[in-house]
Amino acid sequence: MRWYIAKRLAMLVPVMLGVSIIAFSLIHLAPGDPARTMLGERATQEQLNEIREKYGLDKPIYVQYGVWLNNILHGDLGRSITTHEDVAKEIGERFPNTMELTIAAMIFAIIVGVFAGIISATKQYSITDYTFMGIALFGISMPVFWLGIMLMMIFGVVLGWLPIGGRIDLLIPFQRVTGFMVVDSIITGNFPALISVLRHLILPAVALGTIPMAMIARVSRSSMLEVLRQDFIRTERAKGLSERIVIYKHAVRSAMVPVVTVIGLNFGLLLAGAILTETVFSWPGIGRLVVNAVYARDYPLVVGCILVFAIAFVIVNLVTDILYTRIDPRIQYE
Amino acid sequence: MNKGKVGLLAIGLCVIMVGASFSGCVEGPVEAEEMVLIFGSSGDAKRLDPADVTDGESIQRMDNMFEGLVEYEPDSTEIKPCLATSWDTSEDGLNITFNLRHDVKFHDGTDFDADAVVFSFARQYDTTHAYHDYGEWAYWGYMFGDVDRMEKINDYAVKLVLKRTNAAIMTSLAMFTVCIVSPTNAEQWGEDAFKHPVGTGPFKFVEWVKDDHITLEANNDYWRETPKLDKLIFRVIEDPSARLMALQTKEIQGMEYPDPSSFDAIEADSDLKLLTQPGMNVGYLAINCGYGYNDTNENGAHDSDEPWVKTPAYSEPLANKKVRQAISHAIDKDSIVDNLYKGTAIVAKNGMPPFMLGYNDDIEDYSYDPAEATKLLTEAGYPNGFTSTLWVMPVSRPYMFDPSKIGEAIQGYLEAVDITVEIYQVDWSTYLEKTEAGEHPMCLLGWSGDNGDPDNFMNVLYGENACSIGTAGNVAFYNNSRVQELLSDALQTYDNTERANYYEEAQEILHESASHVYLAHANQNIVFTSNVHGYVLHPTSRKFFYPVTIE
Repeated sequence: MRWYIAKRLAMLVPVMLGVSIIAFSLIHLAPGDPARTMLGERATQEQLNEIREKYGLDKPIYVQYGVWLNNILHGDLGRSITTHEDVAKEIGERFPNTMELTIAAMIFAIIVGVFAGIISATKQYSITDYTFMGIALFGISMPVFWLGIMLMMIFGVVLGWLPIGGRIDLLIPFQRVTGFMVVDSIITGNFPALISVLRHLILPAVALGTIPMAMIARVSRSSMLEVLRQDFIRTERAKGLSERIVIYKHAVRSAMVPVVTVIGLNFGLLLAGAILTETVFSWPGIGRLVVNAVYARDYPLVVGCILVFAIAFVIVNLVTDILYTRIDPRIQYE
Repeated sequence: MNKGKVGLLAIGLCVIMVGASFSGCVEGPVEAEEMVLIFGSSGDAKRLDPADVTDGESIQRMDNMFEGLVEYEPDSTEIKPCLATSWDTSEDGLNITFNLRHDVKFHDGTDFDADAVVFSFARQYDTTHAYHDYGEWAYWGYMFGDVDRMEKINDYAVKLVLKRTNAAIMTSLAMFTVCIVSPTNAEQWGEDAFKHPVGTGPFKFVEWVKDDHITLEANNDYWRETPKLDKLIFRVIEDPSARLMALQTKEIQGMEYPDPSSFDAIEADSDLKLLTQPGMNVGYLAINCGYGYNDTNENGAHDSDEPWVKTPAYSEPLANKKVRQAISHAIDKDSIVDNLYKGTAIVAKNGMPPFMLGYNDDIEDYSYDPAEATKLLTEAGYPNGFTSTLWVMPVSRPYMFDPSKIGEAIQGYLEAVDITVEIYQVDWSTYLEKTEAGEHPMCLLGWSGDNGDPDNFMNVLYGENACSIGTAGNVAFYNNSRVQELLSDALQTYDNTERANYYEEAQEILHESASHVYLAHANQNIVFTSNVHGYVLHPTSRKFFYPVTIE
């Protein structure tokens, strides 16, 4: 098992190399020029030349890639063209925000999705089943942007229960330690901040978690239905085990393997897919960072963000694969 | 951790979150006495060095922390003393001596003096300066090319030396680019000084959480009266509808760039107030008149050894003045302003906004008259019209909110007089590059003013010096030596009445040439909750929160 994990982690190196080459070529293939974008209507030839030279944009793309690769091997992701800040620092400041949002969205999606799936399966073709699956279909089809605005309108403006956006009420003093604001408010014992941070987390998490929630619900349902028809379930029922134990102890466990796959895939997608949610809810995360970087053709920043997404994706996949062995002992890796 | 515990933890978290959602009463201002204004901005600042930015968002933050030698009057682009108490201009107009204010301190405690002024200027123009490489100084090259150097005379007097006379220099000195920064702070942070802004202004920097907010607090040692606001926070809310919702729920007390479609709702809401006034900008349709020059010596001016050559997109019909006048008659600007600017703009008839020095109000605009347009086309030899291409910007700009729709409207108006235009769109940086090279037959573009001086519109956009292929500001490529003469003379003239005359004459020639169809001057709009008082819109759209108070 340890060997397997080490091997998978070692695979990260070629993956990163491939991703960086693709990212680098793609963004350079796209039309646009960071110097022009930065100076707008006011560009003079002299300034354009100066900026291109300063960031090496006047060199052929393979030279630029070589320089970048050399720097990254020395642990330097470069500096952003628009903000002059270290790319690693720019990403580091946003990453915890996106992680917190993604985790909260996943918690929402898993709890609601799995329960809805199980209940639908045990009550197949009932009103409950149709209602849950109807909601799931609606959830999958809903544009995140629209859902976000609706949630804000209802819970923010009309009912006034929850804040419109941002991470915390800015009038509450807050001390940053790890960058994860839930964690920071707990370790500094700042209870008002914790409440405020959690309140700010609810709407974006629901908006972001709705699509995976719907997918999880549908997969849980079909997987449960399959398991419930198997012989060992009939045997257990015949033994006289209570229906609760049959379902929640034995059936659910067997039904979870495909569900974990869906959760794993979605988790990776969510990290990258938070872009719209982050924009609607003014969430200072990595999704918004990469969008603005693309608009500005801020090459070092875009490539840096894509690398982080790729690493996150690979690691989430690895964790998912390891989880299989816990759920289903028949699965083993050499 | 076994499954039971995980489940418990998950349920616990849910309970906290749901509980938290109903416990709004726990929250609230910790010190209710503090007067805090949270302003909803449409984007984050890029850097916090006033000399090294060009974007409105960065400038908005810095205008409240930094000051220059001179500043604008609160509601006009007239100049008044700020960190300089008085100044004298030499006979030849090449030397301006400034007397500096005593007893001013930077936020870091450093004394404000002549050294700080020289430092703030020299780092931009002196390529051997130790701090020159830390910035791009984009505006210096653009606005201060006529400055030779800044010299220290004594601790509280400095001399600005110009290469040639420039009547716009005093208004330019009120720009953020030449705000005075603390030299000791620059020394302390070096390359990273842009993250630690230290000026002399009414507010001082507290913290910057990227993409989230920038907090400033009142400067209690300010040389004028201490600001009334204790804190000024700029919060980033990119989506305009989310920004308005945050204002409606009082999470913020003010916001910029409201969506024009929400104006009715804002005006109907007694808790909100909309401030609006004509902005310092112009949006236009530029028609390629056909001739530019290659600026081989890169001096930004047309010289006798640089011949006029046809632009890449030269076209016979558009080079004809009558055709251009026909196009001017064919477009219904009133309808464009009412429907596509949603009424938050005024119709333009000249290439600069009406409140500026030298604006020629006697000019009678081309009326919307398709019949006249057809007549002119026939006279020009195009009775059956012709085909052409209209370039349309891919992005919304302060002078044109919705270029795509405006492009389509113009296409429709021209079709009505038998001019068939195809719409062409390309990404923004390519768009700028190619229009500056004259590769468009017609294009939409515009300008937002920098310093409030007419030279910053007229010379940049309409002179023949600006017809250089590849770096043109005059994307209509209308080369008229008389216009350039008038504009150059105006820049050499310190007398305002005489200056105004030059500009007025230039506008007459430009109007007659119909090189541009000036569409609109877009308003600047800002919304506050109704308990916010004292905010004054500035013609430059810069945002000064010093006088603001909350009831």
